[in-house]
Amino acid sequence: MAKVLMKGTEAIAEAAIQAGCRYFFGYPITPQNEIPEYMSAHLPEHGGIYIQGESEVASVNMILGAAATGYQVMTTSSSPGISLMSEGLSYIAGSELPAVVVNVMRGGPGLGGILPSQADYLQATKGGGNGDYHLMVFAPSTLQETVEVVQSAWDYAFKYRNPVMILADGFMGQMMEPVEITPHETERGDWKSWGLGNKGTREGKKRSLIKSMYLTAELLEAHNSKLQEKYDRMQKEDVKWEELHVEDAELVIASYGTTARIAKSAISHLRDQGYKVGMIRPITLFPFPYEPFEKLTDRVKHILDLEMNMGQMIDDVKIATKSRFPVSFYGRCGGVAPSVEEIENQCKQILG
Amino acid sequence: MAETKVYSRPETWTKGIHTHYCPGCGHGIAHRMICEVIDEMGIQEETVSMSPVGCAAMMYDYIDIDYVEAAHGRAPATATGIKRVLPDKFVFTYQGDGDLASIGMAEIVHAANRGEKFCTFFINNAIYGMTGGQMAPTTLIGQKATTCPQGRDPELAGFPMRMCEMLATLETPAYIERVSLAKPKYIMQAKKAFQKAFNYQKEGRGFCFIEVLSTCPTNWGMNPAEAFEWQIEKMIPYYPLGVFKDFE
Repeated sequence: MAKVLMKGTEAIAEAAIQAGCRYFFGYPITPQNEIPEYMSAHLPEHGGIYIQGESEVASVNMILGAAATGYQVMTTSSSPGISLMSEGLSYIAGSELPAVVVNVMRGGPGLGGILPSQADYLQATKGGGNGDYHLMVFAPSTLQETVEVVQSAWDYAFKYRNPVMILADGFMGQMMEPVEITPHETERGDWKSWGLGNKGTREGKKRSLIKSMYLTAELLEAHNSKLQEKYDRMQKEDVKWEELHVEDAELVIASYGTTARIAKSAISHLRDQGYKVGMIRPITLFPFPYEPFEKLTDRVKHILDLEMNMGQMIDDVKIATKSRFPVSFYGRCGGVAPSVEEIENQCKQILG
Repeated sequence: MAETKVYSRPETWTKGIHTHYCPGCGHGIAHRMICEVIDEMGIQEETVSMSPVGCAAMMYDYIDIDYVEAAHGRAPATATGIKRVLPDKFVFTYQGDGDLASIGMAEIVHAANRGEKFCTFFINNAIYGMTGGQMAPTTLIGQKATTCPQGRDPELAGFPMRMCEMLATLETPAYIERVSLAKPKYIMQAKKAFQKAFNYQKEGRGFCFIEVLSTCPTNWGMNPAEAFEWQIEKMIPYYPLGVFKDFE
């Protein structure tokens, strides 16, 4: 397929279909409505099914049931909707089921607004629902990268039997860019060994029992330890990031998603003016890329955490830097993106 | 003299296991009937269910079929996800009154309205069992529970919800019946309703809803015999037995 000009939300939907997703359950919420609209229009052509749940709560539990069959399922929503889905995400993670969730973030808290934001970083990476669990969280920064992340999302979801969240924002959902979307074959592993409906195919007609409840303390502790081992494995095998000009940087920006994209322009301008500014862009927010921060040399004078929120990633950045450098935050929120000029000024102020 | 076997454990009942249910509780009877129907139809490998939240949360230990656990009230949504992916499998939810008529009211109404082609067995014992006897949406007026110690007051809590009547107002459901487990005659009628619900699913006829009036001697503060009597005297007049909707 050649490059085509597509809106972010529609590119997400088409990428999912090309990766083999055939079951979509969702509920409309701005600014991601084109995803369910696209799915409702196109899934039937591919033999798939779109169902509009009566709420985000119902939709995520439809996802849970469908994911338990071992087929590829997806839901998408935006911030307040994801809050409603948190119950189900905790169950899906606790039940070790593969599912893909896209959060096209808008501003909060509460009903907030409908404009772009990155205010759900903490909810996405630290929980949201109850219990010790993690989603694997990807934060792409261009539409082409979003397409690639969406397509590979089920590979990770099945590899770890864990929900994967793609954390986009309203800018990425609503902007248009040329993208190339090619078919992607998802690796589903031994899905029949656990997927519902395959009892007859298993040795000894062994049944599948998918659950998160363990009433015995030792069993629940063992279950949580097993989940933790999985999260540790993600950290070892599948942490992803991009580095830009960090070799000689005196100021390193830590940023992801749309904000990182804006920061790239600022860095380019600053470099032209002789300022040594670089960037570490986490692509996975969980597992968090500690390694590139650990590798930074003493040449670095300062780290600037840059987000479209009030500073949600800064604690992770501070942990990653192990207090070797001063870390400060700059960000805008409520639907306002930091401008290239604002970022340049902030960097110049820090560098003096 | 040749022996004739008249009674045995269903094949689908997990071998060598006893339930945790209290004496006189209806769950054991309802579970057993589900197992019997699955055996009769030879669909043990084709049946998928989800455990509810409440006393029957561990029903997966007793019925040897594929199981996934559902969140409180969400079983009809979870079942929707399963049945839409696996339309040829038999799917049923089994939910108590708190699960279905309180926290999960939206999910059951909308699944019924979409005509999801699975069965729901709604176990109504007019109280919260697992959490220790609190008021349910189905608790009768004047009935005492730990959160209505003076008896349910409609001024405070509204009137008990009649789920069959409510769901029967929808165009879509294929079959809705209320049955009881309070005496052998009722149990035999209930078995027929269970068989019909599974047969309708086999024929792809749409959503089937069987409300099962059940007993909770422990939380009602009665012995089992008194509980069966109480159900006949108090519950059935408010929750009349019978068919509320039938495809045929």
